[in-house]
Amino acid sequence: MNPVTQVRSRTAVLRDENIDTDRIIPARFLTTTTREGLGKVCFNDWRHQADGSDNPAFPLNAPGAQGCAILVAGRNFGCGSSREHAPWALLDYGIQAVLCSEIADIFRSNSLKNGLLAIVVGEAEHRWLLDHPGIELTVDVREQTIVRPGAGSVRFELEPFARHCLLEGVDQLGFLQQHGDAIAAYEQRMGKAA
Amino acid sequence: MNAPRTLFEKIWDAHVVADETIDTPAILYVDLHLVHEVTSPQAFSELRARGLKVRRPERTLATLDHSIPTLPPAANGERPYVTPEAKAQVTRLGANCHDFGIELHGWDSDQRGVVHVIGPELGATQPGMTIVCGDSHTSTHGAFGALAFGIGTTEVGHVLATQCLLQRRPKTLAIHVDGELPPGVGAKDLILHVIGEIGVNGGTGHVIEYCGSAIEALSMEARMTVCNMSIEAGARAGLIAPDATTFAWLKGRPRVPQGTAWDAAVAQWSALKTDAGAHYDREVRIDARKVKPTVTYGTHPGMAIALDAPVPAAHDALDQRALDYMHAVAGKPMQGTPVDVVFVGSCTNGRLPDLREAARVLRGRRVAKNVRMLVVPGSEAVRRAAEAEGLHEVFRSAGAEWRLPGCSMCIAMNGDMAKPGQLVVSTSNRNFEGRQGKGARTVLASPATAAASAVAGHVADPREYLKADVAEEQAA
Ligand code: SF4
Repeated sequence: MNPVTQVRSRTAVLRDENIDTDRIIPARFLTTTTREGLGKVCFNDWRHQADGSDNPAFPLNAPGAQGCAILVAGRNFGCGSSREHAPWALLDYGIQAVLCSEIADIFRSNSLKNGLLAIVVGEAEHRWLLDHPGIELTVDVREQTIVRPGAGSVRFELEPFARHCLLEGVDQLGFLQQHGDAIAAYEQRMGKAA
Repeated sequence: MNAPRTLFEKIWDAHVVADETIDTPAILYVDLHLVHEVTSPQAFSELRARGLKVRRPERTLATLDHSIPTLPPAANGERPYVTPEAKAQVTRLGANCHDFGIELHGWDSDQRGVVHVIGPELGATQPGMTIVCGDSHTSTHGAFGALAFGIGTTEVGHVLATQCLLQRRPKTLAIHVDGELPPGVGAKDLILHVIGEIGVNGGTGHVIEYCGSAIEALSMEARMTVCNMSIEAGARAGLIAPDATTFAWLKGRPRVPQGTAWDAAVAQWSALKTDAGAHYDREVRIDARKVKPTVTYGTHPGMAIALDAPVPAAHDALDQRALDYMHAVAGKPMQGTPVDVVFVGSCTNGRLPDLREAARVLRGRRVAKNVRMLVVPGSEAVRRAAEAEGLHEVFRSAGAEWRLPGCSMCIAMNGDMAKPGQLVVSTSNRNFEGRQGKGARTVLASPATAAASAVAGHVADPREYLKADVAEEQAA
């Protein structure tokens, strides 16, 4: 993974609550064997009309939302399936950070492992962000802050190991492999050796 | 004297390879890793790119379920895959399992089936284990007192390579369900009721332990239905302490210990319960006597009510949007809503007792004229057992389709799906917008309610169709 220290962008807002991973990427697009190229089906059934044209009612199709790398979403974003295709699709679509008052566990873990900043913000900040689409923000991983021009900065929590991995571009599999001896010792101790 | 511990803590503690610190999560050992075709190819590619092997292939078990067709092959042996990509995905899993030495229950296996159905059937799922799979409904296995949860594809790679995961310890939530479920009301009604009570994010960050007399009275299949849907309340996992029902169900299955080793295992498993005085982070109480046949009316599983209760008024624009999508009307019950498709199957309700429950309603009756009904067994073993009892004949003569095992319309990625606008009464676990096909509207329900709705042509109360049975139960 490449290090991620900061994302700076205007925001796009999806106010819906409980946006599940089926909406982020419908299941029929999961018959892929790679991680690439899923941006074109990101939010597919919401983003497109039956004839394949853009759905004008989908907020990310609005002119003001073009090129936004920060998504502010309604409560409980990413619930549902464990498919990692959801963060892959969002990243490929151009989203680099998701800000929300509550983010589903597996989705958040999958996102952070791929360098997508899935950030939980407080209720009040969340409401403010939902009400200010298009505002320019800086999400800073090192400082754990969201900097709002003219409205002060907001601190967020980030699990220390996830933060470390983001900043250093640490590969978690490599970290686990370094513990090979401890794993083997555990297997011996618990009678789980091959 | 050790401090009293919850069931979750006992399993967690026994699998910690390295303790969690402020800076790093715990390293947690995985006893059983289940694999399927959809969430694994990128993980195997990662292993190949790094020149790694699978650390413990014998702790890894694979099956085909998500993207495979449920219609039989053509005369030339060709399976009717929905797309060439779906076929390529299946071929890829075969090659990966072959190259990395993993047992695969593929087309040639008489044990193939939905991953969460075959794990228990094979006795691969055992009390006290940690079990993971690249699938959120891995929580199903918690019915056996195993700590089981879904992971993403990157983590699938971690487990393949190291048999371990990096995890922060979740919180615990006890859901006590006391009293007896009324006649004609089952595990699916109960879990929909629970999610309706605590909400789709009511369990976020927690592992749920279901306990109380109503849970103890459930069969293993019913316990699996309950634990299966833990994720729909946002929980990482659901757990039920193993007991005599668990041991009786597992005994003699291919992968469980046999003979004296079995006795030793049961002795060990019997200690897997929450100690008196152990602390949960949260506790919730549910009265089983108040549960009725329950269905969903909106676009997430928390929007659940008794089928004869009025749909609640929307309290904001988003709620209203869900009602509009469903064509549900506040103040009117779901009962009576016209139905286009009925689906019985999935890892929630695709096991033998589920099929029996649906067949009990359908026997001697017919699926309504405009309704299409699919019955999809959860596994080859379920299919064989159902056919041995003649259930397939009951379904076929009622006008339902009897399919080959797979996930089918639960996830609708194999071509089994509803058309835009159609209303599906489904025994699966998710009623999200478009889950069963673009624009499809899903009402989650028990197998009995699904079957009753198929016969009536609208969402219907199964107790009407089971009057004789219900009267008998009441008398007993
Ligand atoms: S039946 Fe549905 S929930 Fe179960 S594993 Fe298959 S797709 Fe997932």
